[in-house]
Amino acid sequence: MRFALNGHEEDVDAHPAARLLDVLRVECGLTGTKEGCGEGECGACTVLIDGAPVCSCLVPFSQVEHAHVITIEGLGDDHPLQHRFMDEVGAQCGICTPGMIMAALVLGKNPTLDDVKTALAGNLCRCTGYGAIYRAVLKWKAGDESPPSVESE
Amino acid sequence: MPSVGQNVSRKDGIGKATGRAQYADDLVFPGMLHGRTIRSTIPHGRIRSTTISIHSGFRTPDHDDASQRGSLARHGFTFVSHRDIPGRNVVALIEADQPFLAERDVLHQAEPIFLLAHENVQTLNALTIEITYDTLEPVFDPEKSEGVLKRIDIVKGDVEFALARADVIVEGTYRTGHQEHVYIEPNGVIAVPEEDGGIAVYGSVQCPFYVIKALKSLLGDDAKVRVIQTETGGGFGGKEEYPSILAGHAVLLARKSGRPVKMVYDRVEDMIATTKRHPSIVKHRTGVMRDGRIVAMDVDVILDGGAYVTLSPVVLSRGCIHAAGAYRCENTRIVGRAMFTNTPPNGAFRGFGAPQTEFAVEVHMDRIAEQLGIDPVELRRMNALRPGDQTATGQTLRDDTSALIVLDEAVKRTDFHRKRAEYKGTNKAIGLSLFYHGSGFTGSGERHLNSKARLDLTEHGVRIAVGSTEIGQGTRTMHAQIVADTLQIPYESVEVAQPDTSKVADSGPTVASRTCMVVGKILEECALDMRAKLGSMTPGQYYAKHGSFSVERKYEPPDWIEWDDHTYRGDAYATFAWGCDVAELEIDPDTYEIKPIKLTAVQEFGRPIHPALAKGQIEGGTAQGLGYALIERVVMKDGAMANAQLTNYVIPTTLDTPAMDVVMLENRYPDGPFGAKGLGELPMDGPAPAVVNALRHYGLDVRELPATPELLATCDSL
Repeated sequence: MRFALNGHEEDVDAHPAARLLDVLRVECGLTGTKEGCGEGECGACTVLIDGAPVCSCLVPFSQVEHAHVITIEGLGDDHPLQHRFMDEVGAQCGICTPGMIMAALVLGKNPTLDDVKTALAGNLCRCTGYGAIYRAVLKWKAGDESPPSVESE
Repeated sequence: MPSVGQNVSRKDGIGKATGRAQYADDLVFPGMLHGRTIRSTIPHGRIRSTTISIHSGFRTPDHDDASQRGSLARHGFTFVSHRDIPGRNVVALIEADQPFLAERDVLHQAEPIFLLAHENVQTLNALTIEITYDTLEPVFDPEKSEGVLKRIDIVKGDVEFALARADVIVEGTYRTGHQEHVYIEPNGVIAVPEEDGGIAVYGSVQCPFYVIKALKSLLGDDAKVRVIQTETGGGFGGKEEYPSILAGHAVLLARKSGRPVKMVYDRVEDMIATTKRHPSIVKHRTGVMRDGRIVAMDVDVILDGGAYVTLSPVVLSRGCIHAAGAYRCENTRIVGRAMFTNTPPNGAFRGFGAPQTEFAVEVHMDRIAEQLGIDPVELRRMNALRPGDQTATGQTLRDDTSALIVLDEAVKRTDFHRKRAEYKGTNKAIGLSLFYHGSGFTGSGERHLNSKARLDLTEHGVRIAVGSTEIGQGTRTMHAQIVADTLQIPYESVEVAQPDTSKVADSGPTVASRTCMVVGKILEECALDMRAKLGSMTPGQYYAKHGSFSVERKYEPPDWIEWDDHTYRGDAYATFAWGCDVAELEIDPDTYEIKPIKLTAVQEFGRPIHPALAKGQIEGGTAQGLGYALIERVVMKDGAMANAQLTNYVIPTTLDTPAMDVVMLENRYPDGPFGAKGLGELPMDGPAPAVVNALRHYGLDVRELPATPELLATCDSL
């Protein structure tokens, strides 16, 4: 089945009912997307499908045919939001971080703290109490918009 | 430029922000099988017989039957029972009572009985094993249980004599429920047979050397095993003792199959089978004078230990030592008991008994204030421990005692009294808690541990080689700061070895708020030695001239520490960290929905090595404490967690977590590295009593956690 993954066309042979999460991690070898609960509660497996943040543990592989999936690996290692997460210590244990970053990517311009909280309400973090994550996201938004290569997909 | 006190970048920041950090489930080894645990489905009984079915077409009557095991093997399964254990079927910890795999008796739900491995996960999960039991009556109520796992008595002065002379006696019973850790990465390990005949265990663990101890019991003392900590997605105590069992299981499967075996729990299995915070019942009987002076404290602590001893004795110990709160009292009696019940063993969880007992004493303090008609701040101020005072164990406190300092700062900063008056009669409320937390192992614990640390000189600087694990709290970064500044080299020149028990020094477990204060101190000593040997050279210059060398040092607790394990008298901790939390809430008077508006956390822990990391510990611990206070309820049915999903067991989201005002005060501990004390657990102790005292301010007599709307609807109005 064909779909776009981080900007590249991929042809992957996996069961149509396989979880997108497993296809990404096992078939595609992209282990940056994490499993925390397997039922769409924790958000650790958040990826963008055609620009929308989605829990990849709830998506059957067949649903992404011809869609564009972006995972944390699609951001490379020099994305300004990644730098803000490092500067503000938005990552402690780090297991929720890829999902947090993917969920935060779709925030619009000049978000309020409430906007950030709402955007991240489906992503659980047990380490930070969220404060450092808000600081990272708000500073990123105040400082620079993300590169269009990710947000405009 | 010194790095201590600066917010240098985390050593592990880039790996975590890019998703490149490798957690246990991210690792794949050639020929790897997946493992599965077959668990009991009853709380108490004896195993009678076992039936195994592969896809429904394959049945055998008895797991001892050789033909059945042959059939399993033909289908590609590896099957393990207790008979496959070469050494002792005992998870070595404090007592030798818990088996890796049940033999005949089952003492709790989800107790491991058999293990299976297969290369295909679907095939593995399609196999069914039915076990029939002769069931026995279970015990679930710790107050009705007759099995005492541990009893502790702390006695100072004459409680009965003082109670008889007190103006007023205030009594109360306080209860707390289980709490689930909910590290976002569930437990997981991979056991890998190595070419030299040994086995390597890669895993999400807090204490790699605990796992080694358990594996030596399982396999025999001469077994060749090493444990490598993978990136770990949170621990909070939940990966302190449990991974020893999981690692043992994976190792048994790997030995039998000769192949790597990965065992990663899903969330449901993790919640049903692994440890939780001990539920507690704490009874207070306190003698006070009319002016507010506390003259007698009689405290009875019961913890629900579950079906095996595991760490309950030491959780009880810390709970009891903290049970009299941050107050001075000449006549104190604390009796603690950890009780057997037919539930999965409860275990280590951030705070380790203290959140339970400090909840009780802090709610009790507000009730005493109420009965005497004294302001709750004034009552605390009058009785708070000061330098020179003695704790319940007879420990004389030193100058780094900050109860009054944190209390006064929190009251002033929150304008507590004005708000207290202003909110009265509205849907808003405000309450506070004063608390403390002993840093490091209790009593003689650090002396027995004999922790070591090592520094290796490298081409570019130095490498820290300790078994202390990074589980999110910032171990790597904070240790590197201490070493860099002591050696007077750049922070960037210090690297931190991945904990591999075959390569690093055993610096003791990553628990008990000891990783900065104790292990950091040994590293400081190592760095001082190394500095002396380097003379005026940089590590690079020395390496070029003489090559590498290592420095290893052992922890020496301060020489003034005296502790008697039998009488429970003496210096329980080298130092304490102190905190005062103020909770402001909004209460829906119809639904009892509680919305925390603001949490002010004033905490003193010596000196923050990395202020942003320290703030993260306080914010994260406070959020965990708020969850404990209000929403995290474990529902037990027939001895098993009935809501073992994140859909039904909820933890605070962004929308449940209030604004936090974190204040970090300094009062340096002279024997800590750069004056640091322990911090990790302190923030867990304060939020629950602050919230419940705010609910009391609103007019609800709450004496139990979690204070869910369902509970509040049944509480008396004041």
